[in-house]
Amino acid sequence: MSDDKNAETGCKDCSRRSLITATAVVGGAAGIGAAVPFAMSFAPSERAKAAGAPVEADISGLKPGEKMIVEWRGKPVWILRRTPEMLASLKETDPQLADPESKRAEQPEYIKGEARAIKAEYLVCIGICTHLGCSPGDKLVAGSESGMGPSWHGGFLCPCHGSQFDLSGRVLKSMPAPDNLPIPPYKYLSDSRIMIGDDGKGA
Amino acid sequence: MNKLAQQFMGWVDERFPATKLYKEHLSEYYAPKNFNFWYFFGSFALLVLVIQIVTGIFLVMHYKPDASLNASGIPVAFASVEYIMRDVPGGWIIRYMHSTGASAFFIVVYLHMFRGMLYGSYRKPRELIWLFGVAIFLCLMGEAFFGYLLPWGQMSGWGAQVIVNLFDAIPLIGKELSLLIRGDYVVGDATLNRFFSFHVIAIPLVLIGLVAAHIIALHEVGSNNPDGVEIKKLKDDNGIPLDGIPFHPYYTVKDIFGAAIFLLIFSAIIFFMPEGGGYFLEYNNFVPYDQLKTPPHIAPVWYFTPYYSILRATTSDFMIWLALLVASVGTLTFLTARNNIVRIAAAVVALVLIVGFFALDAKVWGVVMMGGSVMLFALLPWLDQSPVKSIRYKGTLFKTILAIWVVCFLILGYLGVQPPSPVGKVVSQICSLLYLAFFAFMPWYTRMDKTLPVPERVTFE
Repeated sequence: MSDDKNAETGCKDCSRRSLITATAVVGGAAGIGAAVPFAMSFAPSERAKAAGAPVEADISGLKPGEKMIVEWRGKPVWILRRTPEMLASLKETDPQLADPESKRAEQPEYIKGEARAIKAEYLVCIGICTHLGCSPGDKLVAGSESGMGPSWHGGFLCPCHGSQFDLSGRVLKSMPAPDNLPIPPYKYLSDSRIMIGDDGKGA
Repeated sequence: MNKLAQQFMGWVDERFPATKLYKEHLSEYYAPKNFNFWYFFGSFALLVLVIQIVTGIFLVMHYKPDASLNASGIPVAFASVEYIMRDVPGGWIIRYMHSTGASAFFIVVYLHMFRGMLYGSYRKPRELIWLFGVAIFLCLMGEAFFGYLLPWGQMSGWGAQVIVNLFDAIPLIGKELSLLIRGDYVVGDATLNRFFSFHVIAIPLVLIGLVAAHIIALHEVGSNNPDGVEIKKLKDDNGIPLDGIPFHPYYTVKDIFGAAIFLLIFSAIIFFMPEGGGYFLEYNNFVPYDQLKTPPHIAPVWYFTPYYSILRATTSDFMIWLALLVASVGTLTFLTARNNIVRIAAAVVALVLIVGFFALDAKVWGVVMMGGSVMLFALLPWLDQSPVKSIRYKGTLFKTILAIWVVCFLILGYLGVQPPSPVGKVVSQICSLLYLAFFAFMPWYTRMDKTLPVPERVTFE
């Protein structure tokens, strides 16, 4: 037994100290390894991942100027049947918008222009504010009638932090929300039926 | 009989330091004799903690963390809370004790923290007591947030949605992180179950550990007092501080008296206004959570609103003001620091922050400001450079600045429950800046402040 100090290095019980270090390192690695399954369990389960099935919406009963809400992946998807006046207002809002051409926005490739829709009459978008995820409320009527002041062109107002969107779900300038409302992938099954979450293009 | 008791305690003490602990923490723990009204709130906080734990244990016996719909189409979690309120004998009072207890906890803790700020209780050698306290405050906020989801009402769901989405703003990892917190792509059953687990076991365990550490640290260095004088400096022949009195019976009796009055008020609220006018229990939360519809006006519970206002105030047009604040603190540090490393560090940190303010989304900074404004309390022991501890001996400058800060905090709290408005936004931006400035410029104004001479011994009539 060499309990004495090692003449060269001056340490006591050198070999045992190395063993302690090795044990600590291996033990620490094992501890981190053991934490992995616990950390993994925080991720969405297989069931949650599988729950994103597309949904079908029947829009035959929707009158001009009316909005319906469909649930897709636990989120509200709005279908707004826009009147010609509503569509005309989209041009007027352009200068007030943060991203009028929706360059930053989350939307399928086939969604273009200010109408942001396959058929301009029907806006289909995810009604979740891009700021912190509240669902904006309807302020569809233009002018002071909506309580939004005389320069309001019609759109949506988020109740949580006051972000404003136009009738294509595009966000106005200097609002808390950074981006336009997302458009989900969708397709028309017929003139009166829309499939949300599946556009037949692999999205 | 007495002899038997003595023998029994002797038997115990040889095996467990019962008498020793009793003496150290109660009968021979010498606290300053000049404690005033403000010193009630620490013991009230302990009392409320016990109320929350006991009522919580009983609530868990009937509550079900389940977001699925029951036969009548109501979420099971929401229905189980209604069941506690209507069908469980005594359930309504246990639930109201718990929900009112949450607000009471924050009232007494805010006052307890303010006591520390008034009398400089965070100053050397009590920095660790203060840091444990800040950690307790953070745990409480977590506990309140996780607990608020459980009734599964509209405010529960949408509140959690907003707060979890805050993490989305963090660059690179944000999206993944908020997904890991929710456990689903939306606030759903997975979220409810994990929040339940955090609320009833994970955080309470940490909380109790921190409370123990808080008290152990306090009893190691001894309590501060309204004069901010160290009573341990002057001791009698037996080594007992001249201005100290044993915690038991003196302060136990005082605290029991205080607790009686506290419980009178607490009971009055439970019996006559358990919803606290919509502030303790928000009316929208009596509607089951609907993922498709946000209520027209949502706001957090009152105790979060000062920080929520700071979050709302941080928009892109606010960043220039924040940049000015950081630039001036950076310049001041650069000019007044004695150490070159501190100078360089200040310059680098200030520059990085200012660049970041404009490079990253304002949304990110809103989250940072909200978290940071809570964390700033942790820096107080080092920010306060005054030669005196207690407000009694601080000058007009400090008193004025503290008063402004309190007013700002209250205004921010008020604005946080109001719907967003243009005027409210400007006012909350001004108040947020002043709130931050209180901490940011503290090292300088506490040095400039004209203080009064501190007496040798505590003032006591």
